[in-house]
This record gives sequence, structure tokens and C-alpha cells, in this order.
Amino acid sequence: MSARPGERQKPKIATVSLAGCFGCHMSILDIDERILDLAKVVEFSRSPINDLKKFDGRCAVGIVEGGCANEENVEVLREFRRKCDILVSLGDCATMGGIPALRNSIPLSECLETAYLDGPTVVNPLGRIPSDEEIPLLLDKVYPCHEIVKIDLFLPGCPPSAEAIFSALTGILGKSRPDLPYELLKYD
Amino acid sequence: MITKNGYRRIVIEPVTRVEGHGKVTILLDEAGKVARARLHIVEFRGFERFIEGRPFWEMPVAVQRLCGICPVSHHLCAAKAVDRIVGGEKLTPTAEKVRRLMHYGQFLQSHALHFFHLCSPDLLFGFDSDVANRNVLGVAARYPELAKKGILLRKYGQEVIRVTAGKRIHGTGAIPGGVNKNVNAAEREYLKKDIDQILAWSEESLAIAKQYTVDHLAEIAEFGSFPSNHLAVVRADGAMDLYDGGLRAVDAEGSVIFDHFDDQRYYEAIGEEVRDWSYMKFPFIRSLGMEHGWYRVGPLARVNACDFIDTPKAEAARKEFKGLAGGKPVNVTMAYHWARMIELVHAAEKIALLLDDPDIGGTELLASGRRRREGVGVLEAPRGTLFHHYRVDENDQIAMANLIVSTTSNNEPMNRAVEKVAKDHLSGVEITEGLLNHVEVAIRAYDPCLSCATHALGRMPLVVEVVDAAGCVVDRKARD
Ligand code: SF4
Repeated sequence: MSARPGERQKPKIATVSLAGCFGCHMSILDIDERILDLAKVVEFSRSPINDLKKFDGRCAVGIVEGGCANEENVEVLREFRRKCDILVSLGDCATMGGIPALRNSIPLSECLETAYLDGPTVVNPLGRIPSDEEIPLLLDKVYPCHEIVKIDLFLPGCPPSAEAIFSALTGILGKSRPDLPYELLKYD
Repeated sequence: MITKNGYRRIVIEPVTRVEGHGKVTILLDEAGKVARARLHIVEFRGFERFIEGRPFWEMPVAVQRLCGICPVSHHLCAAKAVDRIVGGEKLTPTAEKVRRLMHYGQFLQSHALHFFHLCSPDLLFGFDSDVANRNVLGVAARYPELAKKGILLRKYGQEVIRVTAGKRIHGTGAIPGGVNKNVNAAEREYLKKDIDQILAWSEESLAIAKQYTVDHLAEIAEFGSFPSNHLAVVRADGAMDLYDGGLRAVDAEGSVIFDHFDDQRYYEAIGEEVRDWSYMKFPFIRSLGMEHGWYRVGPLARVNACDFIDTPKAEAARKEFKGLAGGKPVNVTMAYHWARMIELVHAAEKIALLLDDPDIGGTELLASGRRRREGVGVLEAPRGTLFHHYRVDENDQIAMANLIVSTTSNNEPMNRAVEKVAKDHLSGVEITEGLLNHVEVAIRAYDPCLSCATHALGRMPLVVEVVDAAGCVVDRKARD
């Protein structure tokens, strides 16, 4: 969607889910009908809720849900850093690793064995553990985003509320420091 | 890109407008014929292992972090399992009805999200319409009223969840043996105020899905379709029941494979196969074996498997739907959308009934009884039958966890749909972005939740790859 002549190009927003559960994206949609107002002042670049699979230009804001659990997450996160002016870690998984990081204290092989070899319903006579060039390599641990790239804004919460997300976005787009009162910032 | 075996490989990555992370690879031979197409789940979290050692009462709040689209399903399914550990599976009427209200709210929001936010562009604009418009904002630009209704339907479902669970995503309402709050008079009035409007909009959505199916029947009858078994939970009298009941499996012709199977022994009925190329396992009905035992779950399977629906509008719609196949199970993949909207109406009707029920305001919230070391929870999530199974040790810590999430059951069917659409539409032609979207349309019909499917918190972009006869990647169409 390119701007008509004379119309100022709208700032672009890109979003991605790395090792997250999509709950943070759902919380973005929880701004409900205000998404229609937001669409008047911004344009969406790549995001799992549209069909743009790659960046279509530089973005004012990049929103990242989830930390990094595999090599592909790292690649995508680095690309977000390169293509976005302001990068936001959205939610507890992006800011701290969240629930997926519970695996950090356990050897990865044990996690795989429990899922694919043990368990009352597993039928796996050949003892297969998924491994194929089509599926990305897992990292030893789950890393929060700021351990991989520089992050400009952290929004805690599991997920952060729609109010917190909306206030943060309007702040960033209005070029002011987002005004996030204490009640909007929850670690859960 | 050419693979080492001489195949051309095309990739769709990530699969978009679905929940979670996945990719599709397609292999083409020298003549440009599709040799193989697969959907891969590329994320792994390891949930079953890392919750070992956690206290069992954490399960309803921890495990729902598998999925932010259907957290209520995991929340309630884990709660049903731990109810048994505290011996409180016979819930008080208030607890059961508040949980059901939460669950129907979840169906409303999840089905509305899927239909309006994720799939409507394919249905309204066509599978190969301009990529820039294929999203909910594109729909809002062309059909502002419709998009707004979709957004408000989802909002209402989310509000039902907020009232019953404390917050819209990852709430805390269900606890072992019951719930931690009732629905007070003010909350009841707040939700009642809009329910008539919600019912009317649900019926409009149903009409759209039905009309789409009827109008396009010629082109979609074969689209990614095949005969299959169907699995669902049904009530003792055969009614559709999304929250509780026994397991029923029927074959493609509607003959019963098993019925009212005790959910506590689910593992005797269902097994899961592991394959190298996907983190998602492949479940099957044990009595039929790996090769023939695969089955579908979700709206299509539920409407096919039940004898009737216990709310009038949804039941009338079910009868009409079954007419598509002369009363036998409907095996058309794209009919998932129509079946899903029948359930949207059913959820709205159920919410209306519960909001008039005095029990939701009751004060008996908890039940308990003889302690057990093990519990299984089974229910119907928006995407299909969901299983949670936990064993605890003498310190009440989790010793074993087994989860079969809804989307996992649809793994084989989705792969078959991908392969069929690829063979029917991509063989021997120049492959365009719009044609690749056909593959994703077939996947989206199942409303997969690939986050859930990683069996541990996950996500799912989709990549489609075309690989040549020798297994080399020919081309990678991540759409841009
Ligand atoms: S922070 Fe919570 S809601 Fe967000 S991705 Fe992680 S688990 Fe999901």
C-alpha cells in the first residue's frame, strides 16, 4: 500500500512472534476497535496477521514477542534490529525468556526425550527424535531479546495489557516518552 | 533452488494468518510435477519435561502459556485434570457453570478471530487476491461494517473471559476443584446488555459462511479434501458438548469406531507417531493402526460426530449442514468454516442461557474428595479435542505430564491437504504467490495453532518449499 502523491508516508510497524505463545499479539488485538483508528495513522509491515512475509521498507517501530529458542529466532531478531528505528520487547518472554526459559536449567536432550520417547501415548519403536534440515537448530538455552540485540523499550506482562500497548505505541508515534503509569506495568 | 536429488524445492515460510510457526516445503520433479509437499512445525519448547517438579496446582496457569489464542482451553483442561488429583471432579453447579461460561466466551472469541481476522480475506477477496489486502485491515477498508462486527464479536468473547477469569489472556479463574470467583450481579448485567446483539451478529456470520460454502461448492468440494475419521467429545445422550463427555470416533461414512470411551483411559484409544521432519507428532486411533487410524478434530469433526446440538439455532444449522452429504459426515475441508460458525452461534446461545442462570452467582465454589496421584482432563478446544494428563509424586510435584493438543491431531490431515492442493494446483504451472496462498488457505481451514502444537509453547509462521525429485530445495517462496 503506497502513499498517494502529496500524502505523507505513514510510519510503518512490524511485529513478530519468536519463542512466544501469541498471547502478546492477541493483546495487541485487544485494543479492539481502536485498531481501526491506529490503521489511519500507521501502516503494517511484516506481521503474522497479514501476508507480508518480509519487510517492505524501513519501520518506525518493531514489536517483538517471545525470546530466542532457535537459530532462526536469532536471525529474525537481528533483522528486526536492522530494519526498525525503535525496537520493543513485548511481554515477559521477550524481556526475560518467560515460561519457555524454564527449560534452561534442564539439558535439552532430556526435554526432547520426554516429548518424543517417553509418555503414555508415544509410539516410537525406532526411537526417532525430530531432526531434519528443514527444522531450525535449537539453542542451548532460551535467551531474552536484549541479550542478542539492543532493545529500546521493554513492556513487561504476560501479556502486557492492551492499554499498556496502546499507550506505549501512541507515545512512540507521538515522539514522546511513553507515559506508562505504574498500574499498567505488571509482571505476571 | 535445486536439491541434491534433482528436485526443485519451494518453501512457504512463514505460514501466515495462522497461530504459531510453521513452514511448507514442496518438491517438484523435472517435469514440474509436485513430488512431495509437507507442513513442518519448526518450534520446540519441551513443556512436558520442564513442568516436571512444579507443584500440580500451578498447571492451569502455567500450561496455558502454550497458547495465547486459546489459553482458556489449556487453563480448563489442566484444571479438569487437577480436579481429579484433589478428588474434586464433581464440581459445584456454580463452578461448572462459571467454567462453562468462560469456555463459551473462549469459543466466541477464538472462532470470531479465526473467521474475521485471519480467514475472511481469502473468502471475501479470493485466494489469489492482492497480497496487500489479504488482512483484516484490508477487509475493514472494503467492508467496514463487517470488519467492525468481527472485532466486536471477538471483544465480547474476551470480555466474558475477563469477567470469569480476571483478565482476557492468561487468567486465573479455574483452580483445583472449582473456581476462585462467581459472576456477581453487576458483571451479569454488564454482559447481558450486549448479548442480543452478539446473537444477531453470530447468526449473520453463520449466514456468510453457509452462503460461501453453498455458492462455491463446485470449486471447494475437492479442494484439499479427502474422506477421514472424525473424533470428538460427546455428552452421554450424544449431544455436542464442548466441556465434558466421552470420546466418540466415527469413520468417513459415519460408522462408529468407538463411543463414550472413558476419557481417563484416552491413551488406550489414541497413540502418537514421531517423524523426523516435524516437531509435531502424528496421532492415530490405536485399533486402526498408524496407517489408517489418523483422524480429524475441530468444528468439522464435532458437527459430524454429534447426534444433535442442544441449542435451537445451532441445531437447525447443523441439520442443514449435514444435508451437504445426505446426513453422512461432511468431508469437505473448506466446510470447516461453516461448521465453525455453527459453533459460534452455539456458543452465543449458551452464553445467553448461562447469563440467565442464577447458579453463576452462587457462593459454593469448591469441591474436594479423595486424593489421587493421577488425573486426565479432556475437553473440546476451539481447534479440537484436547488432552492433559498429569501424575504427581508424594510431594504434590508433577512427576509426569502428557499433552495432546488439538492441532496435533490434525497434523496428518493438514499434511494431506497441503499435498493434495499442491498436486492439484501447483503441478506443471508457473508458481505464483497467489497459488502458494492456496496451500495456506487449506491449512487455515483447520485453524491450526502451531504454538500449541510444538508441545510446549510455540509459534507458527509457514514456509512453503518446492523440492525436486531428489529432495533438494528448488525454490523457496517466502512471500514478500
Ligand atoms: S509474555 Fe506471556 S502472553 Fe506474551 S508470549 Fe510470553 S507467555 Fe505468551
